Parts: sequence; C-alpha cells; structure tokens
Amino acid sequence: MMRACLGALVSHWRRNPVQLFAYLAGLALATALWSGVQAINSEARNSYDAAAATLSEGQYDQLVARSGGAIPLATYVALRRSGWMVSPMIEAEVRGVRLIGVDPLTTPVSFGVGDTGAAPELDHLFANAATARRLAGVAPVTVQETVGPNMAIGDIGLVQRLSGAAGLTRLFVLPDQPVTRPALQDVAPGLALQPSGQQADIGQLTDSFHLNLTAFGLLSFAVGLFIVHSTIGLAFEQRRGMIRTLRSIGVPLRGLVVLITAEMLFLALVGAALGVVLGYVIAALLLPDVAATLRGLYGAEVSGTLQLRAEWWLSGLALALLGTAAALAGRIWQVARMPVLASARPRAWVMATAARFRVQSAGAVALLAVAGVLFAVGDGLLAAFALLGCLLIGAALALPALAAMVLSGLQHRARGPVAMWFWADTRQQLPGLSLALMALLLAVSANIGVSTMVSSFRLTFVAFLDQRLAPELFVRVGSKNESAALRQLLDARGLEVLPLMSTSTRVAGQPVQVYGIEVGPTYRENWAFVDAGADMWDRVQAGAAAVVNEQLARRANLWVGDRVTLSPDLALPIAGVVGDYGNPLGQVVVAAPVYATLYPDDYPGQFGIRTSTPDALRRAIMDSVGLPDSAIIDQAEIKALSLGVFERTFTVTAVLNVLTLGVAGFAILMSLLTLADLRVPQLAPVWALGLTRRTLGRLELARAVALAGIVFVCALPLGLALAWVLLSRVNVAAFGWQLPMFLFPADYGWLGAYALVAAALAAAWPAWRLMRTPPARLLKVFAHER
Amino acid sequence: MLLEFQSVTKSFHDADGAIPVLRGVSFELRAGETLALTGESGSGKSTLMHIAAGLDAPDGGAVRVAGHDLTAMNDAALAAFRRTEVALVFQQFNLIPSLTVGANIALQAALAGADDPARQEMLVARLGLTEHVHKFPEALSGGQQQRVAIARALAAKPKLLLADEPTGNLDEATADQVLEQMLALVAQTGAALMVVTHSPTVAARMDRVLHLRGGLLA
Ligand SMILES: Nc1ncnc2c1ncn2[C@@H]1O[C@H](COP(=O)(O)OP(=O)(O)OP(=O)(O)O)[C@@H](O)[C@H]1O
Ligand SMILES: [Mg+2]
Repeated sequence: MMRACLGALVSHWRRNPVQLFAYLAGLALATALWSGVQAINSEARNSYDAAAATLSEGQYDQLVARSGGAIPLATYVALRRSGWMVSPMIEAEVRGVRLIGVDPLTTPVSFGVGDTGAAPELDHLFANAATARRLAGVAPVTVQETVGPNMAIGDIGLVQRLSGAAGLTRLFVLPDQPVTRPALQDVAPGLALQPSGQQADIGQLTDSFHLNLTAFGLLSFAVGLFIVHSTIGLAFEQRRGMIRTLRSIGVPLRGLVVLITAEMLFLALVGAALGVVLGYVIAALLLPDVAATLRGLYGAEVSGTLQLRAEWWLSGLALALLGTAAALAGRIWQVARMPVLASARPRAWVMATAARFRVQSAGAVALLAVAGVLFAVGDGLLAAFALLGCLLIGAALALPALAAMVLSGLQHRARGPVAMWFWADTRQQLPGLSLALMALLLAVSANIGVSTMVSSFRLTFVAFLDQRLAPELFVRVGSKNESAALRQLLDARGLEVLPLMSTSTRVAGQPVQVYGIEVGPTYRENWAFVDAGADMWDRVQAGAAAVVNEQLARRANLWVGDRVTLSPDLALPIAGVVGDYGNPLGQVVVAAPVYATLYPDDYPGQFGIRTSTPDALRRAIMDSVGLPDSAIIDQAEIKALSLGVFERTFTVTAVLNVLTLGVAGFAILMSLLTLADLRVPQLAPVWALGLTRRTLGRLELARAVALAGIVFVCALPLGLALAWVLLSRVNVAAFGWQLPMFLFPADYGWLGAYALVAAALAAAWPAWRLMRTPPARLLKVFAHER
Repeated sequence: MLLEFQSVTKSFHDADGAIPVLRGVSFELRAGETLALTGESGSGKSTLMHIAAGLDAPDGGAVRVAGHDLTAMNDAALAAFRRTEVALVFQQFNLIPSLTVGANIALQAALAGADDPARQEMLVARLGLTEHVHKFPEALSGGQQQRVAIARALAAKPKLLLADEPTGNLDEATADQVLEQMLALVAQTGAALMVVTHSPTVAARMDRVLHLRGGLLA
C-alpha cells in the first residue's frame, strides 16, 4: 500500500519537473549561499590575519641583550624560574629569508601561522608560496599564505638547527604577569626591556570586521531559511488536491505524513548536497585566487586557500534539513488538522492565510516594540544582538501588512478598470508571494547593511592606518644615549621627527599608557577624532589639554571637556577623544613638556620619522647610531601590505552581495513559477473579458517590479538600521569602541536598481509562459470546476 | 443490513451561524440493492454520501456500514474502512492529475488490496476507456474523466458503491451505457449501489428512490 501511495506522490514530480527543479534549486541555493558565505568569510579572515600578523610583532614588550648579542639559554631559564612569563624567540637569516623560531606553545605572536588547524609541526617551516620556493632544500616548508613576505616561521629547535645559532635573540614579555615578580635587574641584569611599539594592532579591528561578517552570514542563513520555507509551502500547496484524494480513497493520515516527511527530507538532502558543491564552486570562481583555490579541492596540504571544510558543508546540510523540518512541521500540522474533505477547499486556504496574516502582523508589532525597548534601554552584547534579531524578524513579518496597505492605497487612487483590477489582483497575490518578498527584504537590507558596514570600515581603516603609520620609519632605541644621538642626527637633517615617550600607569582606575608627544603637522593632519573641541591641537601643544582614546573615554565615562587626572597635582581637560581601533588599553596623550613634569627621568624611546628616502636613512641610522636592523621599521611597507591584503577582503565581500541578491531573485522566480498554475483560473476571466495574453504577461512583469520597489523602500531604512546596530551597538558592546558610520547613497541607488532587475528577471519567464498559454487551457477553466 | 442511517443530523457553520443540512435522516440499504437519491441542488445529497463514505462525520445519529459503526471509529479505522468497504465516485471526479488513467485505476485497487490487472482491463474496456489508458486526466473530457472515476471505484471491489451524479456529464446514449455497465458490475459482485441523480430515467432504473428535501427524506 505504501509503495502505491509513494508512487502517486512521486508521480507529481515526474509530471511537474519544473516544480521539482524549483524545490531542489531553492534548497540548493539556500545551502549554497550559506556555505559560500562561510567560505568567503574564512578566506577574508585569512587575508586579514596576514595583515594582522605583519603588524603584531611589535605589539609586546620584549627583552633584548644590552650588549646587542644573543641571550644565553641560562638567562631565559632563570627568568622563567623566577616567575617572569616570557616566550623565547630566535632570528636568523638563511638565503636572505628571515627565519623566526618560536616556542609554539607560549608565543604570543603567531606571525601569520595562526590557527591553521595544523598541530605545531616540529620539523616544518611555515612560509608563503614565494618564500617557500626560495627555501627549497633547506627544510620542509608548509605553505601558509598568511605568513608575511620573506619570512619563515618554525619551531625554535628547528631554526636553531638550521642556522646554528647558539642563544636566543629576544624574549617576548607575555601580557599576563604574576603580581610578585622580581625586578629584571635582579634576575637578568644583562637584559633590557624594550617597550612595545606604538604600532597599529589591527587584530581587534579585524575581529570586529569578522564579527560583522558573521552577523551577515547569519542573515544569509535567514534568507536561506525563508526560501526553504516558501519552497516547502508551495510544494504542499500544489499537492493539496492529491493529498485529499489519497485520503478519501483510504490512505491513512499517519502513513501519508510519514511518507511525505521522508520524501521531502530525502529531496532536501539531495538539494542541500548540490548546494554545498554549488556554494563551493561559486566561492572558488569568485574569489581572486582561483588557481590556489583549485588546489584546495585536491587536498588539505595547501593551507590558507579555500578548502571544503567539514563545518561548512555540515552546517549547510544542517541548515537545509532543519529549515525543511521546521517548514514541514507547520505544513503537516495543517494537513493533519484539516478534515479530509476540506483540505482542497480554496476557502479554507484563504481563511487560513487571513488568520496567518493577522498572527504575523501581531508578531511584527510585538517584535518591533521589543526592538524599540531594546534600542532605548538595552545594554551589552546580548541586548544588541537581540535588538538586531527583533528588528529583522519584526520587519520581515510586518512586510506583507505594509505592502497590503500600500497596494490598497494604490488601488484607491487607480483610474480605469484595468489599473484597479491590477492593484487588487496584486494584493490578492500577496499571501502566495509574501515569503519570497520577505526573503528579498532580508537580502536587500543585508546588502545595504553589508555595503554600509564594509565601506565605513574601509574608510575608517585607511584613516586609521594613515594616522598610526604616517611616519615612514619607526625607530626604537634602547638607551638615553642612543635616543639623544638619534635626535641629533635627525635634527641635523631637518626631518620632521615625532619622538614618543610612554609609560604604563593607571588613570581614572583604568590601566593606561601615557604618551608624551611633540605636536607637529603629522598629528594635525592625520589624527581622526570621535569628538574634539576647538583648537584642540593648539591647546594640547600649549600643555593645557590632553587627548584620550575612545576606550578610556568610554570605560572611565569621560568625554571632551571633562578633566582627566594624571597625578595628584595635574588634571587636564580633555580636548579630543581619538578613535583607536587597535587597542585594548586606554591611552592619554599629552605634550612632551607635560610628560616631562610627570616622569622627569624618562626619555623618548621611540621615534616616528617623516622621510622620502627611508632606505638611505635606515642605513645612516644603523651606521651612525649603531642601532640593529630590527629596531627600525619601515611603516610605509607595512601600510601598503595591509592595505593590499584588505582590498582583497573588500572585493570578496562584494561577492556576498551578488550572491544574496541572486538567491532572493530566485526565490521570487520560484514563487511565481509555482503560483503560475494557480494563476490560470484567476486570469482566465480577465482574458475572457478582453485583455490579451500579451497585456496580461506585461502586467505580471510590472507587478513583480512594483512589489520589488515596495520591498526596496522598506529595505533601505532596515538596512541602515542594521548597519547602525552593528557598528554602534554590537561593536561597542564587544570591543569598547564605535565604528563611525558613513552613508553611500550612490551604492544604495545601484542596489535598488539591481533589486528591480532581479525581480524583473525572475518574473520574465513566468510572464513569457503566460503569454504563450494556449487559449484551450484558459478555456478549460470554464469547462469544469477544477 | 449493509447500510443503515439512524436520525442522522449534520449542519455547517459559516459567518452567519449554523446551516442545518440533514435534520434527522433514517434509511437502510441491503446488500445487492440499488438506490437513487434525488433532491434540489444544495439539499445535502453530497453531504449524505460523504457521511456514508466515512469522509465526514455526522453531528448526531448513527451510521452503520457493513457492520462498522462509523461514528465510533477513529481516523485510522475510517481510512481502512474507505480502502476496503466503500468506493465513492465524486461529483468532481478527484482523479490524481499526475497519474495516467491506468495508474489511477490501479492505485485504488492496490490500496484496497484488490490488485487484479485482468479485472482492471475488463473495466476499462467495458467503460470504453481502452484508448485512453495511457493518457493523463487533463487530456480527457469531463465525461471521460467521469468514466475513469467509475472504473477506479469499481476496481476496488467495494461492498458499497456510492456515486455522486455519475452520469451528469454524459450524453443520453453514453449515460445509458455507463449505467448499464455499473448495474451489471455491481450485480456481479453483489455490492449495493447508491446513486445521486437529477435524472428521472436513471432514478427509474434503481430498486428504490429516496427524495431529500428540507433536510429530511421523503
Ligand atoms: N464545507 C462546507 N461548509 C459550509 N457549508 C457547506 C459545506 N459543504 C456543503 N455546505 C452547504 O451544505 C449544503 C448542502 O451541500 P451539498 O453539497 O450536500 O448539496 P448537494 O445536494 O450535493 O447539491 P448539488 O446537487 O448542487 O451537488 C449547501 O447549502 C452547501 O452550501
Ligand atoms: Mg452535490
């Protein structure tokens, strides 16, 4: 019996392959979108890990030998025994490549090796492909594109063996140190503490970017769920008559439910599997590094390129199956509750949707009200995400009611019978199209949100790099004499020098770094402020005011105009709050003379230098001041590298926009296609009254565009709200600083145009089919009831 | 007694309140007997048939078919009852659009556990459907579809055949033929037949005629 019944169920797909295609393709696209976004996300992550790695080296305090030579192993052991938390590092040069040996278990700096999933391999070096070629024959190299150029990372023992070096080059001072730690002079008098450079740590910045991308990945997940849901709903709608007939000739309800569930889940699995492959192919094709990507297909030995990771395809399959199960549960519940005879009755179906309409609108109002409350009083990461969720789901649920209102307004203003019929008929289509329209709403607002977030991020990031890496060279000195000698050399050359003094202390109960600077044109031109008073640099230069970073301002609840107490006798007004995207610590910046009264014994330990000939100057500094190469950092090079790496991320996220919009367009296509059969009885009377099939086809196209227009108008504020919540709420809650939000009206205009085009494309085929519907089929509507 | 209605009542509810359709219908039908049910449009004929087929439940009264008390049966039992004991030819045919004529007929037979290809072939031939076996329902005329629905119902070898206006879409000559075949086939299996009809000629061919008016039988 079950076999006969299954045969009947399956016969529907055989007779209606387009519907089967729509079902499979809907699931496949939803899964593809999700796994593609995952792939792109992690590719982006790799890219900015490379940038972060390049910048992270100077991030920690380090211990170096005063003599400039190697640190004996015994000294390291003594330090560790006494409680100093330090991690050893060794540097050497082989074939012009900088070999870096670290202790994989304790090193705070990943050098781009990052969490590759590969266990620390004791006999392997890690380097990018170009460097790996140069090291051929020296040692086995695992290619890892996130490792900076011209360097190779390995276990300390391996590097020691390869280079024959005896001692250690440097010790990283780890951030967490025991409270009771003996003074350095007592344990290792031969070592000097080199404070961390005031470089840009973009780790936090990229973490925030990643968090935002993940949020949009989830959004694409939601779009996918909508599509799965609407596909399943339509698959049921179409087989309503068959289900009724089967039950009336005695197929038991339970058996039918089991069969349908099994059938739909099986198809979902097939669709999702196709989707995983599709997502991978899309990501591979659209990502810049196609060649490297393809290698990823054939094995995991190439890390750092696109790989088909278990978590992507597993989560993709889970998405499809969970979405299918959830949608199925609702449908089966409906089928099970309806009496045998009623389940095919159009009246019951219309009433059911009217009731659902009311429930949806009530849900929308409730969710948006919660969002309002969260907006007003919410605090913290959880509240920010809850706000995001309420806003999105609430807006999606409100869409059909809103669209119905707009359409009835248009209907009342319409002149002429055709226009009136058009708007009334469009309104009648809403229940069938509402899921697809919701998907479009989410997709378009996600796109608006993504492009706002990414572009805002890009502007901020570039400005931040300009601010922090403006000086072409950055030099660290180890002693007061070196400091003075360097200053003399630079002044003699007439260069703009940005000396920097710094001390760790506590201000307003927060751990902060206090900086003494000499205000010059570089600061005035490059520093970007979250908020600043008038003439702020003049007042700072005069010693009458201080600058604090946003982290300190938010944590200590200080803002422009408040006073920050630096010592018992010194409290300066805050002239500006500076955006400091890379820093977990608070910062106070004052003019050098003020700093000197606070810390009279300190001297400038770091210098930023503006120069147009960085290489020549580097050599001059090494020769005449006697500083090691590693003390001089070429910031222009770092800046170019990180910008380049980030550009890749930005192009990659543009792909995400194309993907979501394409999927939403497909959702509309499917809804229209599957509704097409139900449409014939509705259109036949109008056709009989004298509208040509061509006109009807054109009107169908116009309807899709009109609906997409309404959706876009709703999506614009929603997308901007999304971006705002992510940049101003989620980010502040997660990282303690706000990413400024910029608006890009031209981008939004294009996006609106794309959305309309996507809707028109989606409607084109159904409209064309309608134009070609043979009159006989339209006539049949009048021949008998169904 | 094969079929027994005792004071059966049924009303439908819509926005304006309850619409009583059956107000206490009682009648009996023996195995092998044939019965015509007449009445104005909207008088509740289809409703009565649906109740007899176990598709709809009465509000009050008792319905017994082939020893089963329909009012006391749960969904699963009713489904089994529909598979094996009765067959209903719907007013709106209710063929499965994605199955061919032959497959539609075979499906119901298979569900009833009466899978007998020879008999199905015989039914197809006697109802004049041989050239349409491999067509899909949408390619058939209304009268042809109606004959498929009859063949499908008979293929299940039911004890009780219910037919809602089985000849409504047929010309007089074909209607005559179809009715002839139906009566012959029912007589062959000893099943009872109840037909809803507006046609006095059809009604005259049955053993008995019942008229439904104002929710009561006359
Ligand atoms: N599901 C339902 N909900 C509400 N009212 C219904 C429903 N089904 C039938 N009715 C009403 O019950 C009454 C009887 O309907 P029924 O279909 O039994 O009539 P009928 O005698 O078969 O008519 P016809 O000869 O036109 O087929 C009608 O007034 C109809 O409107
Ligand atoms: Mg009827």
